[in-house]
Amino acid sequence: MTIKERAQSVVDEFSMFDDWMDKYAYLIELGKELPLIDEKYKNETHLISGCQSRVWLHASYEEEKVSFTADSDAVITKGIISLLIRVLSNSKPSDIVTADLSFIDEIGLKAHLSPTRANGLVSMIKQMQLYARALQIKNS
Amino acid sequence: MALNIDNIRSDFPILSKEVYNKPLIYFDNGATTQKPLQVINRISEYYLNENSNVHRGAHYLSQIATDHFENARKYVAGFINAKSHREVIFTKGTTESINLVASSIKGLIEKDDEIIITAMEHHSNMVPWQQLCINKNAKLRNLSVAGDGSISLSELKDLIGPSTKLIAIAHISNVLGTINPVKEIIEIAHNNGIPVLIDGAQAIAHVNVDVQDLDCDFYAFSAHKAYGPMGIGVLYGKESWLNKLAPYQYGGEMINTVSFNITTFNELPYKFEAGTPDVAGALGMESALRYIDNLGIDNIRSYEDELLEYATNSISKLVGVRVIGTALEKTAVLSFVVDNIHPFDIGTLMNQLGIALRSGNHCAQPLMEHLKITGTLRASFALYNTKDEVDIFVSALEKAINMLS
Repeated sequence: MTIKERAQSVVDEFSMFDDWMDKYAYLIELGKELPLIDEKYKNETHLISGCQSRVWLHASYEEEKVSFTADSDAVITKGIISLLIRVLSNSKPSDIVTADLSFIDEIGLKAHLSPTRANGLVSMIKQMQLYARALQIKNS
Repeated sequence: MALNIDNIRSDFPILSKEVYNKPLIYFDNGATTQKPLQVINRISEYYLNENSNVHRGAHYLSQIATDHFENARKYVAGFINAKSHREVIFTKGTTESINLVASSIKGLIEKDDEIIITAMEHHSNMVPWQQLCINKNAKLRNLSVAGDGSISLSELKDLIGPSTKLIAIAHISNVLGTINPVKEIIEIAHNNGIPVLIDGAQAIAHVNVDVQDLDCDFYAFSAHKAYGPMGIGVLYGKESWLNKLAPYQYGGEMINTVSFNITTFNELPYKFEAGTPDVAGALGMESALRYIDNLGIDNIRSYEDELLEYATNSISKLVGVRVIGTALEKTAVLSFVVDNIHPFDIGTLMNQLGIALRSGNHCAQPLMEHLKITGTLRASFALYNTKDEVDIFVSALEKAINMLS
């Protein structure tokens, strides 16, 4: 699946819930299932600044594709990052850097988060794209 | 006298708003309170009928605006029982009031002098002193906070030394709700010849503030945390101290005479009020303080104490909930954590349920470090909140905890 197709599947899933409390329940469930980051990467270097809760993100590169693992001390944050990982992970760096991430607006997530938390979401995306760009340069 | 909360609530139209199709429950009063119609109308009235620059043009409107502005100052002076209206400086708010003192007192602070604050200070009553100390090679000393959120007067006595030049402390903690024994602190400080600045941001709407009774040297507060508009606040300072301090900013009303080489500064309080002041803000603030006076600060205090006790007892029954700040003397603020659940998660769900709380470090990172927690959730009350709202809040909290466990 392409990034666009994976994003569409997220939008489809979210459209099944009318009530935002159900959407949050789903995010919490996703958060609990997030592929956990190796404990050794839960350090200052992997911490994303600009988030209210602590978020650690690690990127690896294999067969020209970038994979992400992450963790957070807040479970809704984990749910959000698990969505981002589902859409962006296992993709070519160039696709991650240029990805259309309008699915976040489509599911209404950004509008539902307070400004500081929405900033945190932007920081997560930026960090994922930065990792992708760095890995792209390093391996070119 | 019991307050008529239904009547009071009808003065605050915003309280009947719905958020995400749920009735708004506004428990973020520690951040800012809502404004009654009396305040909103007063500001409109000023811009509709009185707007003009103060202390300047010799014309009808300017005279009216000036009179009302100065009357607002006198009302504020009466509200805090200042000796004179000259001791009331209008500022942008508590933060600017504290920065004003920290900046203007610079000339009186020397290398190795010490300034004492506490571990529970808001960043606004910490960073200005920290930066002043860095700038002057002085030392910032920190009075510790016990597990229940109280401070120790004997520890304070130990901290005070011949180099202590100032003590700056919150009247009421924005995180813990602790009412600090400021009168005793001031007495101890004065026995050692040390001036005291009180950060009254969280106190002005909740407890009686009498600056002469306290004998504080400076008292800082904002209008917006006391039902008044944003962008205006007060620095109270004893006249003797204000005369000793250098001006903070230059230009406009604070000038007496100017020649190319020298400027003489205006007398108090204008010496510290550079530029065109927030006249509408001052009038709105006066209306807000009148609103408090009409209800009676002691009636407000006992109503809010009852509400805090009710809320504290209610959330304490929930499994995993731990109240942060259990000092005997506290008011209007209920901070708590839930075992194994991040405050962010609860705050997000509570928001969805229409309940406005604050979650995070509350601009008090050193305190969070001191208490070894990453943040809290905070419900902070005002005179228009009700036990019914507390009940809805508690059942929402229970729901959020169940979803997250």
